[in-house]
Amino acid sequence: MEDFLYLFRNTAGNRAMSPEEMERTLHKWRAWIGELAQAGHFKGGEPLDRGGKVLAGRRQVVTDGPFAESKEVVGGYLIVSAPGLDDAVQLARGCPIFEAEGSVEVRPIIHMT
Amino acid sequence: MSAEGPPEPGARPGEVDRAVDHLFRRASGQLVAALTRLFGVGNLDLAEDVVQETLLQALDQWPLSGIPANPAGWLYRAAGNRAIDALRRAETRQRLNPQVRAVMELSGSPAGGPAASLPAWMLDDAAIAADTLRLMFVCCYPALPVESQLALILKVLAGFGTGEVARALLAEPTAVEKRLYRAKQRIRDARIAFELPPAADLASRLNAVLAALYLMFNEGYSSSFSEHPIRRDVCLEAMRLTKVLTEHPIGQRPEPWALLALMCFHAARFDARTDGDGHLMLLRDQDRTRWCVPLIAEGFRALGRAAAGESLGAIQLEAGIAALHCLAPRWEATDWPTILRLYDLLLEVKPTPVVALNRAVALAEVRGPRVGLEAVELVVASGALDGYYLVPAIIGDLHLRLGEPEPAARYLARAHELTASPAERRLLKAKLRVCGMGRPARDTLQP
Repeated sequence: MEDFLYLFRNTAGNRAMSPEEMERTLHKWRAWIGELAQAGHFKGGEPLDRGGKVLAGRRQVVTDGPFAESKEVVGGYLIVSAPGLDDAVQLARGCPIFEAEGSVEVRPIIHMT
Repeated sequence: MSAEGPPEPGARPGEVDRAVDHLFRRASGQLVAALTRLFGVGNLDLAEDVVQETLLQALDQWPLSGIPANPAGWLYRAAGNRAIDALRRAETRQRLNPQVRAVMELSGSPAGGPAASLPAWMLDDAAIAADTLRLMFVCCYPALPVESQLALILKVLAGFGTGEVARALLAEPTAVEKRLYRAKQRIRDARIAFELPPAADLASRLNAVLAALYLMFNEGYSSSFSEHPIRRDVCLEAMRLTKVLTEHPIGQRPEPWALLALMCFHAARFDARTDGDGHLMLLRDQDRTRWCVPLIAEGFRALGRAAAGESLGAIQLEAGIAALHCLAPRWEATDWPTILRLYDLLLEVKPTPVVALNRAVALAEVRGPRVGLEAVELVVASGALDGYYLVPAIIGDLHLRLGEPEPAARYLARAHELTASPAERRLLKAKLRVCGMGRPARDTLQP
C-alpha cells in the first residue's frame, strides 16, 4: 500500500447554494470520507484556511496569498492509503467536489526507506 | 475546537449527521435575524450575504475538520467575526446605527479571531427568539403585498433559497428575485425600526403575521402545485415560527395558539395523506393509524391555550373543526353535528364562499347529500368560486352518493379539467371509474 495526497480545489460552484443544498453536500462529503475510513484508506486530512502568505525568491518577498483566483486555492487535503495511483484516482471519484466543478489533485507521497 | 473528527472506521456518518439536520436552514434564519439587529432593517442584503458566506465557510471546513461539538455555536461565532469584518469596512459603518458602535468597541480583537468579546445577545436563546419575532413583523410589513410578505418569510426567516421559494410559491425564480428586491427596497425606504410594533398597532400587525403564517402553511400543505418534498418543510417552518410566536409574551393570546393547534392537526395527517404509491388520500380513506399522535396531542395542548380567551374567532373555530376530525378514530365516527355547528359559527365570522362550501360538505353528512347539494348550489350561484376545482368535485361526489352517475361524471370530469395537481387528478380519475362511464371518459382525459 502507498500513500497519496489529495489536494482539493473548489471553484465558486457552491456560491449560489441554498442552506439546505449546502447541508446535503456536507452529508455527501461525510459519507464519502466515511466510506474511505471504513475501507481502511483514510489516514488523515484537514481543511486549510484560504488566507495565508507566500514567500518567494532569494529576497523572500512576501505576498498575501496564496492566489487571487479562488479556484486555484487548495481548500484542504486528505492522505489516503491505496495499492497504487490508479486505485487512488478511482477512490477520488466519489468526492462531491466534482458536482461543483471542483478538482482533486492526486499525488503519490514518496516515503524514504 | 472540533470534537468530532472525520469518521472512524465503524462509525456511521448518519448518526452524527442528525445533529445537523436542517441546521443550516434553521441557523440561516436565526442568524439573519440577529444580524439585522446589528446592521439595521435597511441592510437585509448585507445580513444575508454575511450568513451565506458563513455557511459556505462551514461547508468548506467541516467535511475535513469534522462537525464541531456545538455546530450552531460555531456558526454564530463565525458569523459574528464576519459581521465585525463587514463593520470595519468604512462604507458599511456609515449606514449603521449607534448600537453598532458599541459592538465595534467591544470587539477589539483582530479580525478573524474568536468572537469571545461579541455581545452575549447574539448567542442567547431568548434573544434569538426575540430577533426572529422582530424580523417576522418586518417581513409582514402591511404595505407589502401578501405574496411579497410570504416570499420574504420563506427566504429571510425560514432560510430557503430563491429557487426553493419559487418552487414553494409556484413562481419563476427571476420573478421571486424581483419581488424580494422590491420588497426590501420598500422596507429600506420606510425606515422601519427593528422593534416590535407599538401596543396600539400590535393586534392588527399580529393579525398580518398570523395571516402570512397561515398562508405559508397552506402553500406547503396544499397539493395543488407539486408533489415536491419542499411542501412539508414549508409547513414545518410555518409551525416553528408560529411556536416562536406563542412562546413570546406578545403571542400569549388565543389566536397564535389556535393557529398552532390548526397546523398541528393538519400536520399530524402528513403521513396518511398519501398512500404507498404517492397517491393523495381523502380524509375519508386515510389510514388513521398513520396519524401522528404526539402532534395531535400538541394540537390539543395549543387548543386549550386558545380557548382561554373570551371570543371565538375564525382560527379557533377552524382549529376546533380540525380537532374534531382528529378525535374520530374512523371517518364513520366523526362528530358531524358538532362540526356543522362550528361551521355555522365560522360562517358568521368568516362568511367566505370557501367556508360556505366546507359547511355544505358537513351539512351533507348530517342531513344527507340532497340537502348538501342544495347548499353547494347556493355557493355556486354566487359565482365566487368559478374555476375552483373543488366545487365540481364536491358536486360530482354528492351526485355519486345520490346514485346519479351521469351528472356525477360530468362534474368530476370538469373538476379534472380545472386542477393542475397530478395527485388530485388521479383521485378524480379513480372516482370517474366508479361512475362506470367507460372508455369515452378515459380517452378524453390526460393522465
